[in-house]
Amino acid sequence: MPRKPRLAVFKFASCDGCQLSLLDAEDELLAICDRVEIAHFAEASSDLQPGPYDVALVEGSITTHEDAERIKRVRADSKFLMTIGACATAGGIQSLRNWGQIDEWVQSVYPSPDFIRTLATSTAIADHVLVDFALHGCPINHHQLVDILVALAEGRQPRVPSHSVCLDCKHRGTVCHVVARGIPCLGPVTQSGCGAICPAYDRGCYGCFGPSQPANTASLVSQFQSQGHSTEKLVPLLRSFNAAAPEFHHASEKLVILGTSSEGRRS
Amino acid sequence: MTSNDLIEVPILTRVEGEGGVTIRLRDGAIENVQLNIYEPPRLFEALLRGRPLEETPDITARICGICPVAYQMSSVHALEAALGIQITPKIRRLRRLLYCGEWIESHALHIHLLHAPDFFGAASGIALAQRFPDEIKRGLQLKKFGNRMLDVVGGRAIHPINVRVGGFHRLPNAQEMASLIPHFEWGVQAATEATRWVATFSFPDFEQPYEYVSLSHPDEYPMNEGEIVSSTGLKIPVTEYDQNFVEEHVAHSTALHAVRRKERTSYFLGPLARINHNRDRLSPSARSLADEVGLAADCRNPFKNIVARCLELVHAYEEALAILRDYDSSGIAHVDYEYREGSGCAATEAPRGILFHEYRVDQAGKIVSGRIIPPTSQNQRQIERDLLEHLTSRLQAGASRDELAIDCERLVRTYDPCISCSTHFLKVRWEECS
Repeated sequence: MPRKPRLAVFKFASCDGCQLSLLDAEDELLAICDRVEIAHFAEASSDLQPGPYDVALVEGSITTHEDAERIKRVRADSKFLMTIGACATAGGIQSLRNWGQIDEWVQSVYPSPDFIRTLATSTAIADHVLVDFALHGCPINHHQLVDILVALAEGRQPRVPSHSVCLDCKHRGTVCHVVARGIPCLGPVTQSGCGAICPAYDRGCYGCFGPSQPANTASLVSQFQSQGHSTEKLVPLLRSFNAAAPEFHHASEKLVILGTSSEGRRS
Repeated sequence: MTSNDLIEVPILTRVEGEGGVTIRLRDGAIENVQLNIYEPPRLFEALLRGRPLEETPDITARICGICPVAYQMSSVHALEAALGIQITPKIRRLRRLLYCGEWIESHALHIHLLHAPDFFGAASGIALAQRFPDEIKRGLQLKKFGNRMLDVVGGRAIHPINVRVGGFHRLPNAQEMASLIPHFEWGVQAATEATRWVATFSFPDFEQPYEYVSLSHPDEYPMNEGEIVSSTGLKIPVTEYDQNFVEEHVAHSTALHAVRRKERTSYFLGPLARINHNRDRLSPSARSLADEVGLAADCRNPFKNIVARCLELVHAYEEALAILRDYDSSGIAHVDYEYREGSGCAATEAPRGILFHEYRVDQAGKIVSGRIIPPTSQNQRQIERDLLEHLTSRLQAGASRDELAIDCERLVRTYDPCISCSTHFLKVRWEECS
């Protein structure tokens, strides 16, 4: 019998929620531990074994010099590196600092800003090292995580569906909020995985699983504008948990640059 | 005692987040203990500015993946205070139900997977499952039904999507709610058994004259609202928080330390503080169980936080069950409101203690400023004081450095610190001054 793959979990700037997803797989957790060896998972175990690791799950974004160095060491220690969640795959909500003045931001939060050392940006793991697989979501879906771990334990290439949330709404039979109520919803351009919960709970999708591939965000934004939604409302919608993901980033930049004129056209 | 200037021992695992402990020695005695939090700052208060106030519960949830509901609850209550919104009794009950779900998942996780291993020298809950398979499996099931509750009421367990200013986006489905009832009937019994198991653990003999601080409400065990009370007689509305508590910034931590404003002293938040102030408002099963397992009326042993956490697990299951049995899906999901300039604050009881939020909003419905004081930053000074006292007495009793490092880690863990946003690599650093 082949040996069990050695799994490690590493955290950068994040909320802990994505790695918690592994512990939230209550029905599968003990069985997973039979399939993979948990070699380094500080949130769950005091037994921290050194690398090399077969699979590294990386949560969080890079916001400090130290972390920019640490991720290189994690990469060197790991055969297969997988990013989990919006922070690791796109920089997370903390990437909003990329549009702000970092010194002023730190001053507004901490009475003694001199004690704080942080980068002016929050960046995705893939901006720093090669990433073998990216699992999206804020938070990730723990069923997808379990499927991927099983695939890796069996030596298969992991796969997750790449269609948009919009299709999941059709499967669920949820009435479309964009069409029926004129509510802006990022479902047409957001990666599947959440189960299309927001529309099912009477609200528009806010894109926490990041852009689907391909995502025609520009076209969706024009649709929202034709329904009368202002730039002021659409920019924060695009700039949230996956603000720095290229498709959402470009769409929000374009809105800011052209927003006033397109609103002018509408009226 | 060896006299190396600096010894680094990786320790504090099984907590949410990264921190470290520095222990300074002088002439063989402990001079000073610092809890260092290395968590990279994510600057939530800054990033909220100028954003639509409606986004606040969704965004602040991302401060913590373990207690997102606490952030959602404190933020919506604070914003509702700013906007002058009165929610309906039904929305209020559903919020308590959602909070029960979070207490259940967070407490069951900490009790079984993070804390219990300490009492048996095990590295993890998974390792402990080899010795106590039924207890750990039961703990995972207890955790699971808390998460299922969050799925039904909140849309999902981590970062629920159904909470909004004024109430909920939609009321939970009555059939889905009813399907939870048998699991919650089981849960009251299973949590009771878990409490009896935990009460048999061997607790270190350590007591301190804490100032316990929690919310207190005349009619219910505190979650979403109440006055702030302390064991030294403080009794104030939440709006007077700033007159009584203050945050200080220290060089060794990216978390601010909160202390009593006048005395500059530490205080203790969390399950033991809540039970000490509100024991008679625990659910009937939890109350009689507290007597049965012999939790002292004025327990000052922080290691017994796990017993208090178990009793709150029973309470949360029992209260949730009552709300589920009573539920129908009639009524409005949320109260409408209009924008106005103003400010408001609120405190709710996160699983780890009081979580304070304050916001200023403008006439266009944007956030002007926000302030968030999480429970772990308030407990931080108390944890340092405890470490100093406990490690000093252990050192005097002849404990080795390795034993002290383990003691240190165990004591910190009793507080269930949520040092979210960090690398999880906590080190004990020993510094010898001469």
